[in-house]
This record gives sequence, structure tokens and C-alpha cells, in this order.
Amino acid sequence: MNRRAFRKAKNGAFLVLSLIATLIGLACLAAILWTLITRGVSGMSLQVFTQMTPPPGSEGGLLNALYGSAVMTLLGILIGAPVGVLAGTYLAEYGRDSRLSIAVRFINDVLLSAPSIIIGLFIYEIVVVPMGHFSAIAGSMALAILAIPVTLRTTEDMLNLVPPGMKDASAALGAYPWRTVVSVLYPAARSGIVTGLLLAVARISGETAPLLFTALNNQFWSTHLNAPMANLPVVIFQFALSPYKEWQHLAWAGALVITLGILVLSVSARIVLSLLQAQRGSGR
Amino acid sequence: MAIIDPRHAAKQLVYEKSFKAATLAAAILVLLILGGVAISLMIGAWPALRHFGFSFVMTEVWNPVTDEYGALAPIYGTVVTSLIAMAIAVPAGFGIALFLTEMCPPVLKRPIGTAVELLAAVPSIIFGIWGLFVLAPVLQRHTEPWLIEHAHSIPGLNKLFMGPPYGIGILTAGVVLAIMVLPFIAATMRDVFDTVPAMLKESGYGLGATTWEVIWHVVVPYSRAGIAGGIMLGLGRALGETMAVTFVIGNAHRISSSLLAPGTTISSSIANEFTEAVGDLYTSSLIALGLLLFIITFSVIAAAQAMLRRLERRVSG
Repeated sequence: MNRRAFRKAKNGAFLVLSLIATLIGLACLAAILWTLITRGVSGMSLQVFTQMTPPPGSEGGLLNALYGSAVMTLLGILIGAPVGVLAGTYLAEYGRDSRLSIAVRFINDVLLSAPSIIIGLFIYEIVVVPMGHFSAIAGSMALAILAIPVTLRTTEDMLNLVPPGMKDASAALGAYPWRTVVSVLYPAARSGIVTGLLLAVARISGETAPLLFTALNNQFWSTHLNAPMANLPVVIFQFALSPYKEWQHLAWAGALVITLGILVLSVSARIVLSLLQAQRGSGR
Repeated sequence: MAIIDPRHAAKQLVYEKSFKAATLAAAILVLLILGGVAISLMIGAWPALRHFGFSFVMTEVWNPVTDEYGALAPIYGTVVTSLIAMAIAVPAGFGIALFLTEMCPPVLKRPIGTAVELLAAVPSIIFGIWGLFVLAPVLQRHTEPWLIEHAHSIPGLNKLFMGPPYGIGILTAGVVLAIMVLPFIAATMRDVFDTVPAMLKESGYGLGATTWEVIWHVVVPYSRAGIAGGIMLGLGRALGETMAVTFVIGNAHRISSSLLAPGTTISSSIANEFTEAVGDLYTSSLIALGLLLFIITFSVIAAAQAMLRRLERRVSG
């Protein structure tokens, strides 16, 4: 009886500990969101979206940083997504279990969790040094490299979810594999692949480290891709660590904007993905 | 039988070949990127490594004025902050995974799982400013004085927790990192726990085991490789994390026995100093730090992937 009571007590203790761990995890998320909302909203105003980043000690907005972030994220996706989608297609349709595919899958998973600052150093070495200056192009390329693993992974997974019967039907009609991929598989997996792209956007739009020494920053409005460009994460970094009140307010406003954007994007992407997987998985 | 236009068939064959070549090229590009990263870092790090030799990783000096650089302090900071993070995040992540798979009412499974994934999606710079403006003051005012007061009479511990409570430093960086990697560890462990066949667990319960006993004696042994993989994946993230650490580490190139003292990590040194580095040796030394980080994280992540893959094979096969 004594032994039984001990076992029950031990069981209870560990279950309570696991509940506490979960509550702590949720509390951290709540604390971060709460701080962002309270401080971010007080720094928020219309001029955040209409004015340029100010010089120290004066009022201004984040327009150039928002624009720069949008441009570089978009360019990053435009460069990275085709590579990711095509490579994912190769793994799902051509390579399958070949030695090359296994290596690519492995390396891709490594790239997926590789430190982004390393990617920044890489682009610095191969783009910034030869060009002789920081540029939005370099920033976009660093982001593109970060976008590739995410799109590759989801593309392969989504193509594998397409019922094999559809592929067989297309092949039976005499279509070459490329025609099957383009006319049957891509349309069937479209929403999944697009969701993967959204996840990639969410991933790269908050990245700071790879932009520090590729795109650098720019206090002024600039649309030149060949010149340093302002971007939200680096501006937040610089402004948050500054001693100026106005800059810190802007940093919090920017942090709120970027986090809300990313959370909305990734939550909706994840919901769509899990719906698709449930639907396709049971339909098989 | 349909009549096949030979010109049409030839054209289709060209399309087929070029499409296949394009997908193959994209797949190979992924390999080339990783190879390119390794080679470019080696080339960039070469001047520093040739100048300092092996002593680069053995010396603590980091002095841009005399142009002397050693990586020991950043390596120490990286390892210690990651260890603190893992010491907190592994048990907590295990607890969350356990809660989600064994205890959670089904209605709450989705929302809590989503919340954990949300925490993973928050950009690292947000953890950084939150750590600096919210967490650091709390640690400085409450946790650190408490640690100093209670540790000072215990030999060993008093060396770890001494000096003034700055708020920013190795300990704070470790705590922020723990919060950052927690969702990754929890999510991987949850997925691994879900792969344990219900039959095994039911057998345990059938023998009269408690929930904890089933977890400790059935679920954990069954998913050992996956748990290790999840922990290593979290460790890989912690080692390479840049922005969150840069805000709260204090950026001091020295090794101090106290966890409350400011320090530096490999990634935060690069983030802080790279654009301001003047002189080839300075830049090259920072790239050499990057190369070290690349080697360390690559091995950890590769080992993690290898373990998780072995588990996947077992599940599918």
C-alpha cells in the first residue's frame, strides 16, 4: 500500500510538473505578445507608415524600412522559390530514393536550421566584396537562400500527397512526366505549395542577422537595388539599442508590425497545411 | 490507335529533358550552396588562421587596437549560454510534449500546439528586445540578487553567481535562448511521442503502470533517438542564434567565472563588429569565428538529422 501511494504521488508530481512547464511556455508567449502590444500600440501612429526614419532625437516613421523589407522579402522569394519548388519537384518526381536525392534532402534539412548569420557572411563574401558595397540585391540573395529550404520541403511533401492515381491517369494518356507535373501535379498541389511560399515569407521577413552586412541599412528613401536599403529588422535593432526615446518608440512600433504580420501569415499557412494534409491523407 | 506526330513527340522530348535538367540543377544548387558556404568561409578565414594558427581558438585576447584576436571568449560564451538554455529548455520541452500527448484534453491539443508553434515563429529580434527591456530588468531586480544571496555561502556555486547583478550577461542570454528553443524541442518531442504505438502504451497500462511509469519505461526508451534528435536540433539553434543573444549578452570579450557577468558569443561578436571591422585581419578573424560556428552547428544539426532520420525509417518500415 505504501509503495502504491508512493507511485501515485510520483505520477502526480511529474504530471503537475509537465502542466507547469506548459503553463510557463504559454506564459512566455503571452508575456512577449503583451509587451509588444502595450509598447507597440503606444508607439503607433499614422506617421509610422507615412514618414521616413528620423535622425536621432526627432520624430518620424518607418516608411522606408517597411518598403525596403517588402522589396527584399519579395525579391528573396522570387529568387529562392523557383529553386526550392524545382528542387522539391526533382526529389518527389525524378530523384525519389536516389543517392543524390538523399544527400539533397539531408543538406536541405541542415540548411533549414543553419544559423542565418552564416548565410549573411557567405553572401558578404560572394556578393558584397566583389561588388565593393552593400546592396539590396545582396540582402535579397541572403534571404533567398533562407527561403529555399522551406519551399523545397513543403513542395516535396505536397507533391507526395497528390493521389498516385492522378499521375498514373496522366501517364496513361501518354503525357511525359514534365507535362504530368505541370498540368496535373502542380494544380493539384497548388494550395499546399503556395502555403509553403507564405511560410517562407514569414520566415525571411523577420530575419535580421543575414541583412546586417548585406543590405546594411539606409536612413533615407531609396529604391536602388544596387545600394544599401533600409529594412525593418535592422532598423528595430539599431533603434532599440539607441538611447533616444523617439527611436525606441519606433522600434517597438516596428516590432509590433513585423510580429503581427509574421504570426498572421504563419498561423493561416499552418491551418491551411494541416487541413490539406488531413484531407489528402484520408482520401488516399 | 492515335496517330503521333513525330515532330510533336520530338518537341515533347526536348521539353521533358529540359524540365528534368532544370529540376536537377535546382537540386544540385542546394548542395552547391552548402559547399559554397564552407569554401567561402574557409577562404575568408584563411588570413586569420594562417596568422594566428591553432592558438586562435586557444587565446582569450580580442584586441582590435593591437590587432590580436583569439576565439576562446566567444566559444566559451556560445557553449555556456547554449548549455544554460538546454538545461532549462530540455526538461520544460519534455514536460510540454508529455502534457500534449498524454494529459491534454483533446479540445485543447490544437490551440496549445498552435501556441507553441507561434512561439517558434516569433522573429529572434523580438526575443532580443523583449529580453533586453522586460526580462533583463526582472532578472536584475529579483532573480540575480536572490541567486547571489543564496549562493555565496556554497562553495562552487558562489563562483558562478557573484559580482553585481547587471541584468544583462551570460545567464540572461541563456534564459532568452531557452525560451527561443523551447518550442522546437517541445514540437519535435511531441511528434516523436506520437509515433509510439498505442499498443505498447496500452500494454503498460494493462500491467497497472501509472501514466508516468508508462512514459518513463515505455515511451522514452522507444523514442530515445527522436528525443536526442530533438534536443540536438534545439542545441543547433541555440548555438547559432544571433539577434536575441546580441541584445542581452553585454558584448564583453572576456571569460568570467560568474554567469552574471557580461560575455560574448560567436554570433553576437560577428553581428556587433563585422560592419565596423577595419583591417583585413580583423575582418578575417570574424569570418574565422563564422567558420567555427559553421563547423560546430553543422556537426550538431547533421547528427540531429541523422538520429531523426533513423527514427523515421523505423516508423515507416
